Amino acid sequence: MATAINDTPEMDVSRTLTIRRHGLATRLTHWLWALALFFLLLSGLQIFNAHPTLYLGQQSGFAFDNSVLSIGAARTEDGEVRGVTTLLGHRFDTTGTLGVSGPADRRAYRAFPAWLTLPSYLDLATGRVVHFFFAWLFATVFLVWLVASLINGHLRRDILPSGADIRSLPQSFINHLRFRFDHGRSYNGLQKLSYAAVLLIFFPLMILTGLTMSPGMDAAWPWLVDLFAGRQTARTIHFVIMILLVIFFVVHIFMVIAAGPINELRSMITGRYRIGGELPRKEAGQ
Amino acid sequence: MSRLLINRRRFLTAAGIAASTLPLAGCDAFDGMLKNRAPVRDVLASANGLTYRVQRLLMDADRLAPEFGESEIRQGQRPNGSTEPTDPEYIALQQQDFAGYRLGITGLVEKPLSLTLTELRNMPSRTQITRHDCVEGWSCIAKWTGVPLARVLDEAKAKPEARYVVFHCFDRLDLGLSGPAAYYESIDLTDARHPQTILAYGLNGRLLPVANGAPLRVRIERQLGYKMAKYISTIEVVADLSPFGRGRGGFWEDLGYDWYAGI
Repeated sequence: MATAINDTPEMDVSRTLTIRRHGLATRLTHWLWALALFFLLLSGLQIFNAHPTLYLGQQSGFAFDNSVLSIGAARTEDGEVRGVTTLLGHRFDTTGTLGVSGPADRRAYRAFPAWLTLPSYLDLATGRVVHFFFAWLFATVFLVWLVASLINGHLRRDILPSGADIRSLPQSFINHLRFRFDHGRSYNGLQKLSYAAVLLIFFPLMILTGLTMSPGMDAAWPWLVDLFAGRQTARTIHFVIMILLVIFFVVHIFMVIAAGPINELRSMITGRYRIGGELPRKEAGQ
Repeated sequence: MSRLLINRRRFLTAAGIAASTLPLAGCDAFDGMLKNRAPVRDVLASANGLTYRVQRLLMDADRLAPEFGESEIRQGQRPNGSTEPTDPEYIALQQQDFAGYRLGITGLVEKPLSLTLTELRNMPSRTQITRHDCVEGWSCIAKWTGVPLARVLDEAKAKPEARYVVFHCFDRLDLGLSGPAAYYESIDLTDARHPQTILAYGLNGRLLPVANGAPLRVRIERQLGYKMAKYISTIEVVADLSPFGRGRGGFWEDLGYDWYAGI
């Protein structure tokens, strides 16, 4: 691992260090995932729009109710059509975004609005074509990342939280709330925990629940349906993890921006990352 | 403390910028390259061939789709697509309770067949409680009874060069700009000879209703609902799918859906 001392004279040389933070495999898989997840999200919402109701169990209740989320449109008593989202039996008026969206003179009656789906118009066939292409890319990159991270130690060193990481979680949490970020060589406890959740729980669950929706895979691997207690439950879990990944993405972007976007972006593109400098020594990582 | 404030201000500014870019995700930017037969779309669609080959590798030809107990039948089978064909030939048959119905088996067979419903019902039957998965995303569990397609193909003696089975149907669907088109579908011989692939004439212990495809529909349990043609008039054994419809192997396929619907 090449480390170079930054020789800018104005800076405190002893505390500003540029290191190689991210290996090639980490950087490559990061951007391929970013690309794949962008298209998977927007095509996934297109697919959801074809039947915007989620259920628990093996099948969809038409003569009984096992739905947990439903997005639709309903006419009010004065004749206006409003977007209605029903979550666990609670109804919300979501006109403008969910159920009914678009300009007032050209209202679209669709679950997710045009600006959140790919293609923008309703087209399940194309949504599926896009989704499955990028699903292959996503899963392939996951396998490459897993093997590379096992071999190069990325998983053990950077992702799996150690005992010390767990013990320092409360302090790490407080630091984050104060917008004081480690600029150390390694991830702090909270970072490790969130990356471990995304990479080792959310990503595999996304792939497996996706496969469970495939009637072909349910024949090939019948344990899939048992694992998730039914195809419709798997579809619901797939959706919930999508929401969690979107939340992760928003936090991830905000943290990158808050922690210094140039440095963070450079580290994920060239691998070079400036450590130390801004923080008291004891927090500046190892 | 001053640095804290700067950081927070910087954070909020950045958050505002990030939030303002979200609508850019709106995706009419990609609409053009995703239209049917656009080159980019064709590249993306080629993943379906990979899915087809990998799923065939992952399962034996006879690997069964999950079957369920009677207690899982909690509702009628939800009808979808055509539910009331208006083709005059079909209506004429329907008015006589399909007494005049003949299933034709044609194409690459040694012995073309023309079978009445009685003849089909007198052949060995299979009953299975399976989950119907619609491409839209919903599922419905029902009990299907019919004659295995493999049995009918054996009777007709499919020729060695046969590769696909095409289902020609009575119903026409009017979608898109090109006017109504006849429903048809196709599967490979692996799925055609699969033990659960039956020509169903019974649903949940009764005669197959018109809404669900009377008098005869096919069940292909390892694929999605749109493959399971209803109102079948003729089954044609072929080596090539290009002469039918727009050459993509099915009514929905011609409109852009994947030919292999095991996913």
